[in-house]
Amino acid sequence: MSHDHLSCNENLALTRRRLLGGGAASLALWGFMPRAAIAGTRDPRLLTVILRGGLDGISLAAPVGDPDYVRLRQAIAMAKPGETGGGLPLTDLFALNPHMPFLHTLYQKKEALIVHAVHTPYRERSHFDGQDVLESGMPGVAKMADGWLNRALMNLPQQGKVSAKGLSLGPVVPLVMRGKAEVLSWIPKVYNLPLRESTVARLMDLYSHTDPGLAKALTNGLEMVRVADASAATVAGAPAQPAQAPMAARGSLNPNQFREFTEAAETAAKFMKPADGPRIGALSYNGWDTHANEGVVQGTLGNRLGGLDAAIQAMHDGLGPEVWKDTVVMIVTEFGRTARVNGTSGTDHGSATCALFVGGAIKGGRVLADWPGLADVNLYENRDLKPTTDLRAIFKGVLRDHLGIPDGALASVVFPDSGSVKGVDGLVG
Amino acid sequence: MSTRMAMIALRRFGLGARPGDIAKVGADPRGFVLAQFDRRTEILLDDPDLEPSHVTMAAAQVAQQQQRLARLIPRESVLDAAQQAIATNSKTDNTEQRQAARAQRPITEMEQKASVQPPMQKANRIRVENFVDEATVRFRHQASTDASFPERLAMFWSNHFCVMARGPVRGIAGAYEREAIRPHVLGRFADMLKAVEQHPAMLIYLDNQLSFGPNSQAGKNQKKGLNENLAREILELHTLGVDGGYTQADVTNFARIITGWTVAGMNTPGVAAGRFFYHAQRHEPGAWAVLGKSYADRGMQAGLDCLDDFARHPGTARHVARKLACHFVADDPPPSLVAKLEKSFRDTDGNLAEVSRTLVSADEAWSLEAKKLLPPIDLVVALSRSLLHRVGAGEMLRLANQLGQSLWQPGSPKGFPDDDNGWTNPSALNERLRIAEQVARVLDKSADPRQLADAVLGPDMHALTRQAIERAETREQGLELLVMSPDFQRR
Repeated sequence: MSHDHLSCNENLALTRRRLLGGGAASLALWGFMPRAAIAGTRDPRLLTVILRGGLDGISLAAPVGDPDYVRLRQAIAMAKPGETGGGLPLTDLFALNPHMPFLHTLYQKKEALIVHAVHTPYRERSHFDGQDVLESGMPGVAKMADGWLNRALMNLPQQGKVSAKGLSLGPVVPLVMRGKAEVLSWIPKVYNLPLRESTVARLMDLYSHTDPGLAKALTNGLEMVRVADASAATVAGAPAQPAQAPMAARGSLNPNQFREFTEAAETAAKFMKPADGPRIGALSYNGWDTHANEGVVQGTLGNRLGGLDAAIQAMHDGLGPEVWKDTVVMIVTEFGRTARVNGTSGTDHGSATCALFVGGAIKGGRVLADWPGLADVNLYENRDLKPTTDLRAIFKGVLRDHLGIPDGALASVVFPDSGSVKGVDGLVG
Repeated sequence: MSTRMAMIALRRFGLGARPGDIAKVGADPRGFVLAQFDRRTEILLDDPDLEPSHVTMAAAQVAQQQQRLARLIPRESVLDAAQQAIATNSKTDNTEQRQAARAQRPITEMEQKASVQPPMQKANRIRVENFVDEATVRFRHQASTDASFPERLAMFWSNHFCVMARGPVRGIAGAYEREAIRPHVLGRFADMLKAVEQHPAMLIYLDNQLSFGPNSQAGKNQKKGLNENLAREILELHTLGVDGGYTQADVTNFARIITGWTVAGMNTPGVAAGRFFYHAQRHEPGAWAVLGKSYADRGMQAGLDCLDDFARHPGTARHVARKLACHFVADDPPPSLVAKLEKSFRDTDGNLAEVSRTLVSADEAWSLEAKKLLPPIDLVVALSRSLLHRVGAGEMLRLANQLGQSLWQPGSPKGFPDDDNGWTNPSALNERLRIAEQVARVLDKSADPRQLADAVLGPDMHALTRQAIERAETREQGLELLVMSPDFQRR
């Protein structure tokens, strides 16, 4: 009888994929995709990675040479290169978070560019609105149904009648990739992994202040998951991991957390590598909102940066040397965090931050920054790293020089009302 | 303060707010709830696509008889048919059958397999189809109705008088609710009780169709005897309650009195198959005492008299009053509220419209603290309403299953649990969060969880809930926190 009962439920059940509205159908399209026609002999790829939650750029590329850095960050300041737990050397001023050894390797090979004190035109501190400005490409908060990456797709130089399609990895097509141009969306298996850490932590915080009954139930449930995971690991041994040498340096990442980063990156590379694959992709990683116990090196942020580093390596390895040389990966966030550590060993919503541009096509090996300094008088509203570079200037430089999108389209259509923001020269090539 | 009362009207006495609902409540939240009594016809779920239970029962019986007949066909031809079906399966992976079936309506995996035994398939399919149709109409109604309070009452009484949608009952569980429960939700308790206990779904679920008076003509001929199941549950669960003061002798005697209450088969003379049938040849003769009163042998009427007397028993008023207060207000409700409901039930001879009015009118029922956790079905209904139907009926059924509340399939005649403990086992919150994540992902990314929270939780939601939603990293997370907040999970 119970089998009978189950079959009825199956009968009605929409599969998860149908519920999510992505997936299998999109994959079917993929086989028939026309080759993207992009000018020149190169065959450029562009992958945009959005870090949602507000990345603390000061802890990714730490201004260890700034005289005010340690004063502001106190216990969560990263040590200088060579010291215990110290960062990896970038310039006299900056050191890279030690959990990002692969990014450091790319930096040394001049395939990684770090842009610092960068920000979108947004100056308030709401995640939703900040992400909207970042992704819509508008000069301020505005309801937009499409994103600048999609509008860029619409303005790619055309050859013959073929058109490019975008690729979106993840359960929801991010706003940056939404719009008229066709987008293939794929949901990596990893999104089946439920219960995101950051959501659980927020919920636990809410329950602990408002609802002891639910707090207890959630605590018990999480404990069960922990026990189940532990016993599964004992039975199955260590989960298979991609061959990645610098893992040890990335700290004590929980394998599931690690897969959260690499699965999407590997999948993106798999789709974008073939000659007839999509050329423009987007994905996002959540969980950068580090209000408490930030754990710059040992802890939350350090682990997530290690995951991001592993994801960069997964893209690099997955695309292979031939494709990597024509690739740009842009890793950006909606805003940075307060310059000063807060009362809970974390940082609150801020303004400028850093952005990463990696790939064989990037003119890297440098930190691009009009560094405003961390002296109190130089902080934005006496609290945040002051924005000195408009992120759109970097985007426009990459879109123009990497994809061949004309300045006119960039200034009016892709980033409306951005005529005064000139695309930066010499980022790719 | 006023929107908090409006939220109680929409959530504690309703199925959850849809965007725009708060403004509809107006200055008199009690009046808003009570005015829904005028829309009582909506809860009948009259839908031309839904079959009466006896039609479904009869169709399934015909299909089963065909199955028996098929067994009499020469063995070879049956074997041939079976082998052919197996060959088709292996060659084409059942594609043609699947497509043919899908052209009609969804068919279960199990029934695909069952196609090797064709005759069984049809009876099962009839039941599944009816179950699906009933569930769809019910969920759609709940996601869209303005008559939320009467619907909540229908859900309460359906669980009070629950059946289990398995076997033959699967096909008629929905029709049972429409035929025996819904017409009486704002009527008399005694009428609902009598409709329920004569309904084929209840008679089959609690085995009364198997019960024979040992001294009845049929009992003696077939050497069959009593089955006390229905009689006991009527006393223990449906009326007096477990502490109602009845004895084992009361149960046995009452079981004797309702012998013969059964369901007509295809060959029952004078009654259509699938309808209630009083089978006099199975009825135990004699006068029997129940709860201190002797009932003369008046055939079926003695049983009906018993039910009328049980409905008037003070134990029933107490039992029902407590259950209602627990369901709507708190696991441990104020005794004064229970007393008001009990008195109302007694004073009005079980007029459920009056009892329900007493509930809504009582100050104790409007305490600002929301204590009751939404059961899974209520949760998915509230989700669908919040998101303006972007969670469809099929998904609602699936999500409720995932959370452990399969529609019309409680674990026992006691029904689904109605207290927090029943829904907060260790993994339950995890499942709720998983579902919140799934739903958050289907939502249009441009939907702003801050605005949605104001629209469905009200501007007076808990300050920390508002803060958590505002500070979420992504819209998706904001929506998850909205759905998981105590403001949404409790009413």
